[in-house]
Amino acid sequence: MADRIPLSKAPERWIRKKYLPHIWCPGCGLGTVLRQLVEQFEKLGWNNDEVVVVTGIGCTGRASGYVNAQTIHTIHGRALPTATGIKMARPDMHVVSLLGDGDGVGIGGNHFIHAAKRNIGITAIVVNNRIYGMTGGQASPTTPTGTKSSTTPYGNLEPSMDISKLAFGAGATFVARAHTANPVYLGQVIRRALEHDGFAVVEVLSQCPTYFGRYTGMPDPVEMVKWFQENTFMAKSPYDEQEDKIPVGVFRDDKNFRELSKAYRALWEE
Amino acid sequence: MSKILMGDIACALAAVDAGLKFYAGYPITPSSEIAEALSELLPKHKGIYLQMEDEIGSIMAAIGASYAGYPSMTATSGPGFSLMQEAIGYAAMAEIPVTIIDVMRAGPATGLATQIGEGDLMQAIWGTHGDHPVLVFSPGNVREFYIYTQKALFWAEKLRVPAVVLADEVIGHMKENVELPEPIKIPERRIPDVKPEQYLPYAAVDGDVVPLPPLGSGYLWHMTGSAHGEDGFPTIRPDRVKALLDRLISKTVKHHNELVEYEAYMLDDAEVLVVSFASMGRVSKGVVKELRDRGVKVGLLTPLTMWPFFAPELRAVVDKLNPKKIVVPEINYGQLRILVEWALRGTSVPVIGVNLVNGDLIPPEMIEEAILHG
Ligand SMILES: Cc1ncc(C[n+]2csc(CCOP(=O)(O)OP(=O)(O)O)c2C)c(N)n1
Ligand code: SF4
Repeated sequence: MADRIPLSKAPERWIRKKYLPHIWCPGCGLGTVLRQLVEQFEKLGWNNDEVVVVTGIGCTGRASGYVNAQTIHTIHGRALPTATGIKMARPDMHVVSLLGDGDGVGIGGNHFIHAAKRNIGITAIVVNNRIYGMTGGQASPTTPTGTKSSTTPYGNLEPSMDISKLAFGAGATFVARAHTANPVYLGQVIRRALEHDGFAVVEVLSQCPTYFGRYTGMPDPVEMVKWFQENTFMAKSPYDEQEDKIPVGVFRDDKNFRELSKAYRALWEE
Repeated sequence: MSKILMGDIACALAAVDAGLKFYAGYPITPSSEIAEALSELLPKHKGIYLQMEDEIGSIMAAIGASYAGYPSMTATSGPGFSLMQEAIGYAAMAEIPVTIIDVMRAGPATGLATQIGEGDLMQAIWGTHGDHPVLVFSPGNVREFYIYTQKALFWAEKLRVPAVVLADEVIGHMKENVELPEPIKIPERRIPDVKPEQYLPYAAVDGDVVPLPPLGSGYLWHMTGSAHGEDGFPTIRPDRVKALLDRLISKTVKHHNELVEYEAYMLDDAEVLVVSFASMGRVSKGVVKELRDRGVKVGLLTPLTMWPFFAPELRAVVDKLNPKKIVVPEINYGQLRILVEWALRGTSVPVIGVNLVNGDLIPPEMIEEAILHG
């Protein structure tokens, strides 16, 4: 059983209360992720109008609407190029993008690779529930091999994509994986990503009890969260191995670079 | 001062002279010269050039920069323009100004990568799903490419809509000696005159357009491509959805008279009317001039604004002249002709298409033949 860790009340100035109740299912991991994100905004002492939150389409995509900041709900898969335009125009803004796994590395996969390659100063939080939530439980690029979904009734034949390895290989200068079973650690990792100057990726293993849970025989969110605890281990690299478990941790935190929007300003001066 | 300029270069200069601050694009013939020129010019004007991973990324980056206060555009040709369609609808729905230059080549698919086509007209007007406001301009020569790039940037900003400039391969690559007019500057963004707590990002002020606050000025609003209420938050309430779409669609309708431009050439006593756009407008002009010299009563209308379409204006000319026929030469299978027929519905004037897609301009003899014997 996960330890019960007392959390402070989610900072009120960061949530648009008039848009509550939210649309997410009871037990969904998205609430944990969003709460940790706004807790970090508060701890960093940022002003609401210094923060731009950019999302695509999906359950994760709806997160932007609940954050009391400058928020944008774009189209499916295209949050990162939009965020890129914003950051290039306004390097002084903290630009954060929340992506679903389908949104971020399925339809938006090429943008993800190139945002990492550009090392543009965006924090990309990929909420990996290993399924297409919003559209009703179809297989996503991260659905494990063999798993049933509404479109893999005989089990997924394809290997699943490793988002952290992808980010690592594409050259993201900060790469981490965490999960919703340990919100305190998740918060710490998100904070480090927010403080990072270049392109920062936090892959969050998150539960979708409604679809992923239903198809994998874990419709109870508590069971899914427990699964994260039991099937992950702390690691230094996304390539570390331990039985069949999933590595979590900060895999890269490189500081030796010039972030793109700043590099462009330097070009103006030359 | 006159200069010898290639069409694509004139387009890039026009954008910089108008005050463009951001360009994102992906290379494609015959538009790449625009990107190349802007990659050199923009940094010198404290602007930004980005080469993106594809055209969807390009237009979304332009929309992001525009949202963040940088007047933005992208340029492409048919294949890239097809990829941008969903984002054009997003710009219309979220009401973020963006200009798209489409230097048309022959399609479909990869088509004729280096040769002229004029087959993107329907796509420019109706390419994205759902009814939406969009502006489409089409220049017929290098000087007009300069002017209508600036008009597109101007009106996109003014009405907070996507604006398309439909040039074509011949205009893009043609070199002409041009006298550049005084530039039309992109208008300053109107900022809200209410406090952040009272700001409704989608409540029109003075009828149509909503002021856009700069980032970092205390306005915490939500932008979405989902149907939304005046507060920007998604809604499915029928009354709010209707109010939103009615207002969006009305933008181009309300400003019809300011937006619509066309050239009328040798219309007096014309018995045959030619209607043509982009490079074929220019070719048609030569044909009309020559036939007039031989005493043939023929005139020409060249729309420079393709959308909103100059239907009432065309109709008025036809009612006045009562021509025997209308000839529509275009490098596609009749996209402009459909619009002309729609504008003239209920009249009995025959509309004759002159259509050829083979990588070249349609030969003047084919147009002459249609005027004289079609
Ligand atoms: C271009 C396009 N294709 C498909 C869709 C339909 N669609 C909406 S959300 C979604 C997938 C959602 O899954 P994911 O990105 O993993 O986010 P989640 O809902 O699980 O948070 C899809 C396919 C769309 N909106 N746009
Ligand atoms: S469908 Fe899944 S991801 Fe979407 S809100 Fe419900 S539990 Fe969360």
